[in-house]
Amino acid sequence: MLSLRNFECRYGSVRAVKGINLEVASGELVALVGANGAGKSTLLQALCGFVPDWSGEISFEGSPLRCPINPSEIVKKGISLVPEGRALFPPLSVMENLELGAYVRYRRRDHRNIAEDLEFVLELFPILRQRTKQPAGTLSGGEQQMLAIARALMAKPALLLLDEPCTGLAPLLVLVILETLVQLRASGITILLVEQNARAALGICDRGYVIENGSIALEGSASALLADANVQHAYLGKECRL
Amino acid sequence: MRYLFFIAAVLAAGFLISSPYKLQLLTFIGINTLLALGLNMLMGYAGQISLGHAAFYGLGAYTSGILTAHYHWSPWLGLAAAVVLAVAAAFFIALPLLQLSGFYLGMGTLGFGMIMFVVFRQMSLTGGDSGLVGIPGLSIGPLSLDSPRNYLFFVWAVAIISIFLCERLINSRIGRALRAIHDSERAASSMGIDTGKLKVHIFVLSAMLAAVAGFLYAHLVSFISPSSFDFLVSVRMVTMVVIGGMASVWGSLLGAAVLTILPESLTVFSEYEMIVYGLVLIVIMILLPQGLFRGVLDIYERAGSKPGNASSRCQG
Repeated sequence: MLSLRNFECRYGSVRAVKGINLEVASGELVALVGANGAGKSTLLQALCGFVPDWSGEISFEGSPLRCPINPSEIVKKGISLVPEGRALFPPLSVMENLELGAYVRYRRRDHRNIAEDLEFVLELFPILRQRTKQPAGTLSGGEQQMLAIARALMAKPALLLLDEPCTGLAPLLVLVILETLVQLRASGITILLVEQNARAALGICDRGYVIENGSIALEGSASALLADANVQHAYLGKECRL
Repeated sequence: MRYLFFIAAVLAAGFLISSPYKLQLLTFIGINTLLALGLNMLMGYAGQISLGHAAFYGLGAYTSGILTAHYHWSPWLGLAAAVVLAVAAAFFIALPLLQLSGFYLGMGTLGFGMIMFVVFRQMSLTGGDSGLVGIPGLSIGPLSLDSPRNYLFFVWAVAIISIFLCERLINSRIGRALRAIHDSERAASSMGIDTGKLKVHIFVLSAMLAAVAGFLYAHLVSFISPSSFDFLVSVRMVTMVVIGGMASVWGSLLGAAVLTILPESLTVFSEYEMIVYGLVLIVIMILLPQGLFRGVLDIYERAGSKPGNASSRCQG
């Protein structure tokens, strides 16, 4: 579904991502893990049109994306991003945030399906149903993350990109978010998950990539990566051996 | 419901007030409401500042004024030309200007306002500093709008329709998108909102409303000069929006009313007039930082919830 060939990103003279090859097949849940500053977020940002200076080939559902990518066009192609730090619209209500998620679909007069999807995301995150009229900024951290995911889903994406959705959440909420992702994959959405929390991410994914200093250091099935001695040493810590 | 009440109030004011001076003052409030409304769409909702909106006000006034006074066009064709010209100017100016944001956008629009002011002053067609005279009044078919009362009704009909349409727009997906842009352009664009295009569109809409206001002004006073469209007028429009309440359609009306009535009612202070004027504005902003509309509503709600039902405001 998504394939990157020899993909590079620059911020001025700094090469943040150096020649990456990455594949996400339809229906897969793929993790991209790595330390701070490894280039994970840059890759997602570039895919969504926020890093103008990139080279290489990106193809999505068989057709190439050309430079520069227009952020508003990406959503229409079926790619939705749950950004790092959530980037909700705090003064707008939960419902308005969700409606904005479906912005591109209102134009297609997709009203009935939008209503169904609204019902779907509110089933997925029942807590949001009680908060629909509340300004998004007044939600707790976990609720905000749920809203960010729900908002991205309202665009009915084929591919969902998540940038560190578990950062700053209580362990129990991390579980809720991860379980939701498994559920979403089961409902047919392809997911690319970027996480620092390698154990949590690889625990639910089919395959994973480990990115270091802007290049792919390791790739393979999630279980193989979890068992890999280098990965254990670098990302999982001692706790893994308990 | 709100509209019915509002229309009734305008009709009552029109028929009960007989002083031409007061009728004209109310008419000016209507014209200023259009100005504030347009700017509020841009500033209050989309979060883009313009310090040069008097340029579009002037463009509307001068276009229709010149075409009717010099070339004897029908004022309605003058209106069409004014709107077309303002829309075209706004479109071309918005393409480069709206790449800017914040203070830089303020500076850019300020520059545009200055340029247009010089154009109004220097062109022979506009009559330069001495102004443009002989702009005819309006009439709809056989009905002359020359009397202050008829003109008042006409201006307010335009204002009410504009308020209604703007309110419709705000409550649509476009309105949500505008508020999203106000909050974060980047996040808005990742919702699939073409932020650049939408900002240009809303800028054009607000310029169009200013041009219509300019048309109404020119045919009301029949004489226009550049000083009615200078930098201070742009600032006054911004003040109307802020005083009335950002992102509030009805706040535009209140802001326009206050900034129209206040200078007139302060003439008793003669030479201290401007000092008192400034003080009143400062006090309003300190006491009601959300603007008059939101502020007055809050006071009303607080007063309503005091006896016994104070819990009504303390939800979740």
